[in-house]
Amino acid sequence: MKKKTSLFDLFFTFFKIGAFTIGGGYAMLPLIQREVLEEHQWLDTEEVTTILAIAEMTPGPVAINTATFVGYRTVGVPGAAAASLGVVLPSFLIILTIAVFLPRFAGHPVVERLFYGIRPAVVALIGHALFKLGRKILTSSFAYAVALGVFLVQLVFALPPIPALLMAAGAGILYSLRPPR
Amino acid sequence: MRLVLDLFLTFFKIGAFTFGGGYAMLPLIHDAVIHHHGWLTQQEFLEMIAIAEMTPGPVAVNTATFVGFRIAGLWGSVFATLGVVLPSFLIILLIARFFGGLMESPWAKGFFTGVKPAIIGLIGIALWRLGGAALVDAQSVLIFLVALFLLSVRRLHPIPVIAISALCGLLLP
Repeated sequence: MKKKTSLFDLFFTFFKIGAFTIGGGYAMLPLIQREVLEEHQWLDTEEVTTILAIAEMTPGPVAINTATFVGYRTVGVPGAAAASLGVVLPSFLIILTIAVFLPRFAGHPVVERLFYGIRPAVVALIGHALFKLGRKILTSSFAYAVALGVFLVQLVFALPPIPALLMAAGAGILYSLRPPR
Repeated sequence: MRLVLDLFLTFFKIGAFTFGGGYAMLPLIHDAVIHHHGWLTQQEFLEMIAIAEMTPGPVAVNTATFVGFRIAGLWGSVFATLGVVLPSFLIILLIARFFGGLMESPWAKGFFTGVKPAIIGLIGIALWRLGGAALVDAQSVLIFLVALFLLSVRRLHPIPVIAISALCGLLLP
């Protein structure tokens, strides 16, 4: 049995989820699962699986997608707005504070050395994420061809990413709908 | 005012075209913020990602807030964040309300058959360009290799890896 809830409850729960998951993306899933499924029982297991699949297939951060869905299912459009606002607000406030104070330290030799070390680590971070994602997604020769094609087209012709994505989507539709041999 | 609108539209586009969230967003943010608008340098972009990784919340929201504030102050950060969030919000509302079955159609499946590997290619390009900006000498290459080892072999969380690398930057001559 799913429980009804208040706008404040939605806002506060998603504020907590936004405030305590560092790194974003799939780091948020365990907390979302615990709060939404076990603690508040706003969704059942099947609905959680559905919303995660939808979040994967729709644009935007997974946390926003989930917050909007849960909020809508429990209280309607105002619920969706309260939950989304809640999940966004912690990042917004924290980053705003950092952005305000960062310029005061910029140019300081110690900060420069720290960032000198951090930059190659972030390249490693992105490389590692790319490798893990690639292992999950590149499972056919078609997928390899699209990935390599997009990489080369971008490198050689400097095509912006959105047209590249749309072309790849078109290729994917043609490939999927091709007549069976 | 124009700048604030520009920020809103740029991040709305980023929010509307990144599937899967997280690192799938990086190449679009990278292209828009560095190549198209020149709002950040490659170095500043890497620093921003480090900050986004170390603070709570979705990386896309963190970067939107950061870039918005950098470019146009408080209103810049409000509208960039609103822009990156709004597409997901509207699309999920539509799906929750009207078409649950749309996602199972063969067209949607084909769409993602193409888009998912394309994201790999896009992240690859962003990585290629950022690598050129960050790996500038033997020491930075060494830090890169150590960080990669800690992440993939030792399976360390990104936050300690960033902290260790920052310390290396401080201590190496």
